[in-house]
Amino acid sequence: MSVDWLSILDAEGNVDESLEPKLDTETLEKFYRTMVLTRMYDDKALKLQRQGRMLTFGSSLGQEATAVGSAFAMKPDDWFFPAFREHGVQIARGIPLSLLYIYWMGSEDANLKLPPKNFPVAIPVSTQILHAVGAAWAAKIKKQNIASVVYFGDGATSEGDFHEGMNFAGVFKTPTVFICQNNQYAISLPREKQTASKTLAQKALAYGFEGIQIDGNDVLAVYSVTLTALEKARSGGGPTMIECFTYRMGPHTTSDDPTKYRKAAEVEEWKKKDPIKRLRIYLEKKGMWDQSREDAMIKEITDEVEKAVKEAESYKPVVENMFKYVYADKPLHLKEQMDELQGFISKRRGNESG
Amino acid sequence: MSLAKLNMVQAINLALFEEMEKDPTVLVMGEDVGVDGGVFRVTEGLLSKFGSDRVIDTPLAESGIVGTAIGMAVSGLKPVAEIQFEGFSYMTIDQLAAHASRIRYRSRGTYHCPLVVRAPYGGGVKALEHHSEAVATFYIHIPGLKVVIPSTPYDAKGLLISSIRDPDPVMFFEPKKLYRAFKEEVPEGEYTVPLGVGKKITEGEDLTLIAWGAMVRVCQEAMEQVKDLNVELIDLRTLSPLDDKVIIDSVKKTGRVVIVHEEPRTLGFGAEIIARINEKALLSLEAPVKRVTGFDVPMPLPKLEDYYLPNAAKVADAIKEVAAF
Repeated sequence: MSVDWLSILDAEGNVDESLEPKLDTETLEKFYRTMVLTRMYDDKALKLQRQGRMLTFGSSLGQEATAVGSAFAMKPDDWFFPAFREHGVQIARGIPLSLLYIYWMGSEDANLKLPPKNFPVAIPVSTQILHAVGAAWAAKIKKQNIASVVYFGDGATSEGDFHEGMNFAGVFKTPTVFICQNNQYAISLPREKQTASKTLAQKALAYGFEGIQIDGNDVLAVYSVTLTALEKARSGGGPTMIECFTYRMGPHTTSDDPTKYRKAAEVEEWKKKDPIKRLRIYLEKKGMWDQSREDAMIKEITDEVEKAVKEAESYKPVVENMFKYVYADKPLHLKEQMDELQGFISKRRGNESG
Repeated sequence: MSLAKLNMVQAINLALFEEMEKDPTVLVMGEDVGVDGGVFRVTEGLLSKFGSDRVIDTPLAESGIVGTAIGMAVSGLKPVAEIQFEGFSYMTIDQLAAHASRIRYRSRGTYHCPLVVRAPYGGGVKALEHHSEAVATFYIHIPGLKVVIPSTPYDAKGLLISSIRDPDPVMFFEPKKLYRAFKEEVPEGEYTVPLGVGKKITEGEDLTLIAWGAMVRVCQEAMEQVKDLNVELIDLRTLSPLDDKVIIDSVKKTGRVVIVHEEPRTLGFGAEIIARINEKALLSLEAPVKRVTGFDVPMPLPKLEDYYLPNAAKVADAIKEVAAF
């Protein structure tokens, strides 16, 4: 059993011209800028977490091509169902950085202004896969010309909901694109202990549809393959699973120490395959990029990130929201419980001021 | 509006039929719900009327059914998903607890989930293992989810219509003991029974008897055995959210309470009802509240089922005990 492998832009920035997508300067620069922005967003988040200003955070360092390449292949009207490491997709889909920070600083209120067709992150592993299949299925039933894209990691392919979702998608030919970010580890568990399958993509074959494995650090490959899969989905061709072969350069989250479960030499090898570095070489070779543009962009992004953090940190939680969004109409017991909490708060405030 | 004598299966079928006819976004999905019409025939006739896009025979995967239904619901459809037996509903808890019940909350109202999950519920029909369980407690404990259990054909139709139209997810349990137990007049056409409102079946001053689902019938039989007492029988109909006013008003009047449920006793809904009474009407009580419930054991196979389930004699004994306290 085998699936196809695709790579277009190699680690040294050499492009396979027969497969190279025809993208204009503006688009390529947008890819590059969004990948760098994602990395700087991530880096800032890690620093904030170390200073106690953020919750536990899962960085996407090293996986920017998978996120950004696939996101720009989507249309705004396509559904996006993330796991929790798709910061690059969220950024590319136009979710403001400040909202992303507000969420990871600890408030659902970040989702108050969630743009349409973007689902909130899913912390439980693989459960979102079923929602993506359902949303795609609904689009098919309603004869809407849209697809849904769902993201998950290598670990998720062991979960029941992954298999149920893939099976439903195969049976009902839903317009769903399954993007597996195979970053080689599920916290500490290496990919080869997750499954005896030679590839993750081949699991799609068991469910009766196409699976393809690609270089997940190659933004051109990710973009091209996702674009093709989405066009196929929208035109009634059914689902596709794309296994993006990539590497999590950082820890699973800020709560673990990856030196316990992987060797430094392995990390060094993957550093050479960095997705941003190779895209920069590609752009430079095309005469689209140079150091002065780089410097200007970094300064601009630094300001953008700082502004977003400032905005996020000035956000004040709204106690009422804890009760407001449980049901469309607040039932009696929730009114009573909200009154109880507000009574407690005003009593405390009274005590403090008195 | 014409009336027909219907049993609960027919009443639920009628509710589905009418809502699907009225609202093209309503669809039915589950195992064997289409060609077979459901193992209890609740969805019979729907496939030929509405077609396979709206009456969907799914693969055999409970989490898959509910999880994909959530995706449909957030996209503007109103799926009514059937779980074939409540003993297989445990696989749905992750999707219901982690997602359906809290997508409105997590997304701060950006998304909501108008989903109904129907499942047969409870014992008394001499079924196989895992086919007779009363599992409401698991679902009541999930904030954001509503839990409904009708006890009559009339209520079943009206409550199901309300559940389908409700913008939030509803777990709709159908007491299988009552599916074909009796018929009553059920109007054709539109009427609703509101969620979150209990119903006083009889008025009484001596004792408050609280039940839902198949236990309402058991309580009615028990009341035949204690005719000298004026018992106020309350059918909760919706367990979550519980509008406890009907209970508290009654307790303030009678001062004596018996609660009957099929679920195991520990953390069964009776425990919550007692806590509410303690909070809101403790000083009205003339006697300790008594529970007649399933035992804290796995639901036994049919040879011992009758020993496990509350019955009229057990309930009558409890009523006499509390009345005499």
